[in-house]
Amino acid sequence: MHYQHLKLLEAESIYLIREVAAQFERPFLLFSGGKDSIIMAHLARKAFFPGKIPFTLLHVDTGHNFPETIAFRDALMAELGARLEVRYVQDSIDQGRVVEETGPYASRNGLQTVTLLDALAEFKVDAALGGARRDEEKARAKERFFSHRDEFGQWDPKNQRPELWNLYNGRHKPNEHFRVFPISNWTELDVWQYIQMEEIELPSLYFSHEREIIERDGVLLGASDVVYPVGDEVVKRQVVRFRTIGDMTCTGAVLSRAKTIDDIVEEVASARVTERGARADDKRSEAAMEDRKKQGYF
Amino acid sequence: MTQQMDLLRFTTAGSVDDGKSTLIGRLLYDSKSIFEDQMDAVETASRNRGDEEVDLALLTDGLRAEREQKITIDVAYRYFATPRRKFIIADTPGHIQYTRNMVTGASTAELAIILIDARKGVLTQSKRHGFLATLLRIPHLVVAINKMDLVDYSERVYEEVMDEYGAFIAKLDAQNVTYIPISALLGDNVVEKGANMDWYDGPTLLHHLETVNVGASVNHVDFRYPVQYVIRPNQDFRGYAGQVASGRVAVGEDVVVLPSGLESKIEGVVTADGGLEMANIGESVVLTLEDEIDISRGDMIVRKRNLPQKSNRVDATICWMSDEPLKVRQAYWVQHTTRQVKGFVSELNYKIDVDTMHRSAATTLGLNEIGRIQLTTTQPLYYDRYQINRVTGSFILIDPATNSTVAAGMIRGKSREVEDLLLDEAGDESGRPKSTNVVWEQEGISLAAREERHGHGAAVLWFTGLSGSGKSTVAKKLEQVLFGMGVSTMFLDGDNLRHGLNGDLGFSGADRQENIRRAAEVARLGYAHGHIVLASFISPFAADRRAARGLLPEGRFLEVYVKCDLEVVKRRDPKGLYAKALAGEIDNFTGISAPYEEPEGAELVVETDLESPDEIVARIVGRLRDVGILGGGE
Ligand SMILES: Nc1nc2c(ncn2[C@@H]2O[C@H](COP(=O)(O)OP(=O)(O)O)[C@@H](O)[C@H]2O)c(=O)[nH]1
Repeated sequence: MHYQHLKLLEAESIYLIREVAAQFERPFLLFSGGKDSIIMAHLARKAFFPGKIPFTLLHVDTGHNFPETIAFRDALMAELGARLEVRYVQDSIDQGRVVEETGPYASRNGLQTVTLLDALAEFKVDAALGGARRDEEKARAKERFFSHRDEFGQWDPKNQRPELWNLYNGRHKPNEHFRVFPISNWTELDVWQYIQMEEIELPSLYFSHEREIIERDGVLLGASDVVYPVGDEVVKRQVVRFRTIGDMTCTGAVLSRAKTIDDIVEEVASARVTERGARADDKRSEAAMEDRKKQGYF
Repeated sequence: MTQQMDLLRFTTAGSVDDGKSTLIGRLLYDSKSIFEDQMDAVETASRNRGDEEVDLALLTDGLRAEREQKITIDVAYRYFATPRRKFIIADTPGHIQYTRNMVTGASTAELAIILIDARKGVLTQSKRHGFLATLLRIPHLVVAINKMDLVDYSERVYEEVMDEYGAFIAKLDAQNVTYIPISALLGDNVVEKGANMDWYDGPTLLHHLETVNVGASVNHVDFRYPVQYVIRPNQDFRGYAGQVASGRVAVGEDVVVLPSGLESKIEGVVTADGGLEMANIGESVVLTLEDEIDISRGDMIVRKRNLPQKSNRVDATICWMSDEPLKVRQAYWVQHTTRQVKGFVSELNYKIDVDTMHRSAATTLGLNEIGRIQLTTTQPLYYDRYQINRVTGSFILIDPATNSTVAAGMIRGKSREVEDLLLDEAGDESGRPKSTNVVWEQEGISLAAREERHGHGAAVLWFTGLSGSGKSTVAKKLEQVLFGMGVSTMFLDGDNLRHGLNGDLGFSGADRQENIRRAAEVARLGYAHGHIVLASFISPFAADRRAARGLLPEGRFLEVYVKCDLEVVKRRDPKGLYAKALAGEIDNFTGISAPYEEPEGAELVVETDLESPDEIVARIVGRLRDVGILGGGE
């Protein structure tokens, strides 16, 4: 399987990843364990072949990750021979940097931002590569490839640097940093077709499996220690897969029988709901994403 | 499932309420790129605002500030795909105060949709959009005449817009313009034809987007490889990572590294998917060279016989993008390919009113203003004119105090002196060519198709030698033989060019150089149209001949040195020129009072005082066969 447009997107992404390695002193790659960050790691490996990936990967662990994600992450790092740093939201809570939401609907997703910004400061990171895409959400449609953050890690949508041709301006003052999104131009379908074309391995969560599910506000959440039934909610065994992998408290599954990449590509091509549509946290308010981005979330 | 799906980047510009957002919403909706939850969100938002109908425009208006003001203020990127193509839309606002956003969106686009409201006809804004699109050299323009439903789908309205806009755009250097009458709201001619405009027999907008030739603006000829990053995992491997900016290169080819000028050969094209024989335009690869050369980021690898221009003073058009106005003679960072050098604007020649295209004197440029400048850099730039290469011809300026990107620039050429600028004809601001540029794929008919039709390869045979050496005799004789073989030929010499095209030039060094430059550009055009061009010029300076060679791909420029002893030509003196020169009546006469630099490395050397014209012609034909330009060789 060979897709011309994917080769073009790949070449563009590799160009951007190399620009980061060349223009910054301490770039890190943010690794969430999801398919987009797996693709980022894959592209980074290709960008520097036959050399090794010249930057460290950083994982912000909410403590609410699916166990499959962590196992997969560690295996991948060993295969790439890459350096990994992990920082825990739990530590931020213990240090009193953040206050944990309580109650059955509590999510640590919002808390990640503080842990992330602390980690970026700790490692003096000047460029953080991320796997966000513009098609995920409207507020991202105007995001730059090289997105400037002020010394508080904040994004100012009105004051973005123009990006022309393939000239990326990464100049910055001490204490400022950049978020860089090399796969901005990819859509969800592109990602899946690329996984298919490149035969990239993914955590089993992405494939159809049977799991205990709680339906909450139309979102199917996996039952676990942190997600348990409230009120008249019930736990049901259902055949599902995940379209994104994040915090267990807010990542929704979809009913699916797609067992292989080919099945998924077909399913995504005919899907009627965006992958973010299955995330509880985006539904909180119309401009939810934009607000979180301004604070330094991705 | 289509595997050959490719990619088209296009930009849309329109004035407020022309229906741009509606059009994009419709393209996304009709191509099934809108998901149910997005549609639900839009419906909810429309209802919350108290609108009666679902506003498709909300699908594309991202940020809150914009939603409040109800206008798009930045560049937003949208995606949709059909089985044939993936599309990336750079959606930009159309107001004059967003000129910089339009320039940004246009910089990577291969097609621009200019929306015109059928009821309002061609407005100043529509012209501005066309001007910016041609300035940025977007190869395809689509003028979408919208809201046809509100003018009774009138063919006359369509034709009026087409005539008026056509007359305007003809003054610019627009490349391919297509006019499509649509109704974004109701869908006519967007995806489906609809039943209301039988008189229109052109493509629907989507069909046009799906079939237009992509890659038309890219330069497939001149190999340029700006080095991004050096990969050195161990002592035995040293590779240069980069993306091929234009042209291509194959393993084994001779290359030069700039600025050092060191030469080597391509040893390998390395990728994680295995080695390649060739690196093509747009590919991100790693090159290795046969020799150990010190190369770093910002260097450029090019073919030995196809060099870019070099100068630390360039003539450029810039668009100012910052609230802080331009400061002439103040230092900025110049980012050009993968290099950053310090530079300053040494002169601001004029600014251009984007609505009237009028030029006026200026001392500074403010936000959204466009001007012509002379840029001086501390180290020379290795560039091509923007017109022939959008990658090596573009740059940005960065303010060293704030690190903001403050300007986008397009290189027009080497700086010339002020007097030259005053001689410039008005109206060439879109980068109207001084010579033209079409060696790469043209819209419609490719070089390959022309060559196939002609039954032979295209090439330029460049005959150089003293006046009276027999260049034109040989070239004309050769042309007759080739013509008799059915070859499509073209003949150029000093006489036929100086009568017309070069009538303004004399014989000073500068004029001679310009004479050859123009001749070479004409030859290149002939080549691009599939001919074998026979160009016969004294062309005494090696640098000028090298420049001519640089316009053509490797192997398609054959230099023929027509050698003849000076004493013999003096005796022949067919036009009596040597006699006059010797008598001092003619200045700057090559061989007598001006130098002739003998070619080194010419593909063919023929000696008219030793061989007969027939022998020479036979020898050249044999060579054309050997190198495969004519059939019937090895
Ligand atoms: N009748 C008609 N109205 C249209 C058409 N296209 C857009 N409109 C209307 O024109 C108005 C402005 O459209 P919008 O897409 O928001 O314009 P924008 O400012 O260019 O993005 C809206 O009320 C649309 O419904 C069309 O083809 N026909």
